[in-house]
Amino acid sequence: MSNAELTAGPAPTSTWQMYRAMVGVGVCCGLLIVTVYQVTLPVIEENKAEALQAAIFEVLPGATTSATYRLEEPNGFQLSDAKAVGEQRVYAGYDADRNLVGLAVEAHGMGYQDVIRLIYGYSFDENAIVGIRVLESKETPGLGDKIETDPDFLENFRRLDVSLSEDQEALAHAIVPVKHGEKTNPWEVDGITGATISSKAVASILDRSAQYWVPRIEPKRADFERQE
Amino acid sequence: MNQEPLWSIFVNASLVNNFVLAYFLGICPFLGVSSKLDTATRMGGAVTFVMLVSSICAFGIQLLLTAIDAPYLKLISFIAVIASTVQLVEMFIKKFSPALFRALGIFLPLITTNCAILGLALFQTNKGYGFLQCIVYALGAGVGFTLALVLIAGLREKLELAEVPDVTKGTAMALMLAGLLSVAFMGFGGLGG
Amino acid sequence: MPTSPRTTTDEFIKGLWRENPVFVQVLGMCPVLAVSNTAINALAMGLATAFVLIMSNIVVSSLRSFIPKEVRIATYILVIATFVTVVDYVIQAISLDLYKALGAFISLIVVNCLILGRAEAFASKNTVVRSTMDGLGMGIGFAFALFCLGAVREILGAGSIFGIQLFHDSFQDWVVMVLPSGGFFTLAGWLLLFNWLKQRKAKKEQMTALPLAEEPAQ
Repeated sequence: MSNAELTAGPAPTSTWQMYRAMVGVGVCCGLLIVTVYQVTLPVIEENKAEALQAAIFEVLPGATTSATYRLEEPNGFQLSDAKAVGEQRVYAGYDADRNLVGLAVEAHGMGYQDVIRLIYGYSFDENAIVGIRVLESKETPGLGDKIETDPDFLENFRRLDVSLSEDQEALAHAIVPVKHGEKTNPWEVDGITGATISSKAVASILDRSAQYWVPRIEPKRADFERQE
Repeated sequence: MNQEPLWSIFVNASLVNNFVLAYFLGICPFLGVSSKLDTATRMGGAVTFVMLVSSICAFGIQLLLTAIDAPYLKLISFIAVIASTVQLVEMFIKKFSPALFRALGIFLPLITTNCAILGLALFQTNKGYGFLQCIVYALGAGVGFTLALVLIAGLREKLELAEVPDVTKGTAMALMLAGLLSVAFMGFGGLGG
Repeated sequence: MPTSPRTTTDEFIKGLWRENPVFVQVLGMCPVLAVSNTAINALAMGLATAFVLIMSNIVVSSLRSFIPKEVRIATYILVIATFVTVVDYVIQAISLDLYKALGAFISLIVVNCLILGRAEAFASKNTVVRSTMDGLGMGIGFAFALFCLGAVREILGAGSIFGIQLFHDSFQDWVVMVLPSGGFFTLAGWLLLFNWLKQRKAKKEQMTALPLAEEPAQ
């Protein structure tokens, strides 16, 4: 091999070659992503809908079907197709005889470690929350995460009183957390020992949400009972 | 839009959910740059700056992508923006402070693969922060990152002079230190609420 | 030092132990510590990363003469980001629960230094077959390492493996293990083990070498 060949070095890359490579690869990548997205989209939507349904039925015991409603101030609630974003919605649950069991409402707020998201069921007949399910939480494992499993804590939400005050503008009694074992009123939340902040967080999330929603849902029961 | 108050976001990002010690983001520079206090502080500063810029761009990109309904392009656009920002920062530092440029060396371009920056963009999108909240979040994350980096660098500098069993020298020791720091930072839990 | 050319199987095996990405090269740390709090999460994350690694190695290797070196890093990142997006949607479709557990860390695979490192150091310079083997080895080595971490953390921190309870109720969970600090400690522990094994091996080699170097005393 002559010296000239050794020192010549590789030919400089042209701008065309660079563009060709980047754009070519870019286009192929784009196509791949779009294809996978389209293929998986229906499956993902179905998974999410199923998960939501399961949660609704868990917080509204006896419900077997559900419908989504959005809030349209000041008229009341309209059926929603559940695809639109940015609207305020609640989920109505009906039993096998098409009777209204109650409404499921999502709520979230700051817990000890990070945001807690939950869904709770409201019953018109009992004027109370009849069940909750924690959807997302990053509370401390073994301590704060007991809000999801502790049977005494969950017992609170069998019948958590959220009846309205005289003027129907707010709850008659705010939902307040109390220390474990000191619950005397149906609107109090018995806390978990060792998970005080997480239990308080759940109580405050429910209180804030109920204070907003119950005055708006209670008078509009008829909206939910009419069905297609 | 997310309702979190600004001070809570800042405290959360810098202390309670510290990006390095709680989320494990930015470990590579954490273990690589943290043996000298000096470089650590500067790295922290550079990362904070890149975080701020990337956060703002990510916010804009997310708005654009929602408008044209192409959520699947999110990852690619974020990483492209981050790479460009790092390139810009590199040119900027090279021009205005060659000494700093030399000190940071290879770690500057490595900020591109710093999970903390991409993590920041992804988290803020998931949480649905507004513009001001994004900026505060980025600042908090950057401050937290710098804090963790500075703490470990200080500890490691001291450890240089201590007698440490051979098997633990190097990364293993750094990881144990990080573990202890992480436990310490857990004490901040509950501050944000 | 081996002087014979490396066979294809060599490329595969080196990723499993000798050049294990986590325990030896200490690359790709972020996801390693974050999602390894249970065995199943760790395994899923490891396999997802392995998939992206293998696919990106294949693509980079097949396009290596097509991509000019000035734009190589940008193109590699483009390819990696594409496959990560693909994995993201596939996992969402397979199991929402798994997706919620792994969260944003799936997207973070794109900045895993391991994948970019292999693309740059190996796939861009080797044939498709060898690159696939390399990706396979490194990927499985990575998944294996993640699994080791996840299993230890889950066993000590929750008393279970893959969700199956191992000890009876009076076992006090070592909760710190499933917290971030536990991740640091567990990895430190494994690294310690590796270092110790390496040192023992080096000492043994030294011992056998000495008698050849020294002259007998008498």
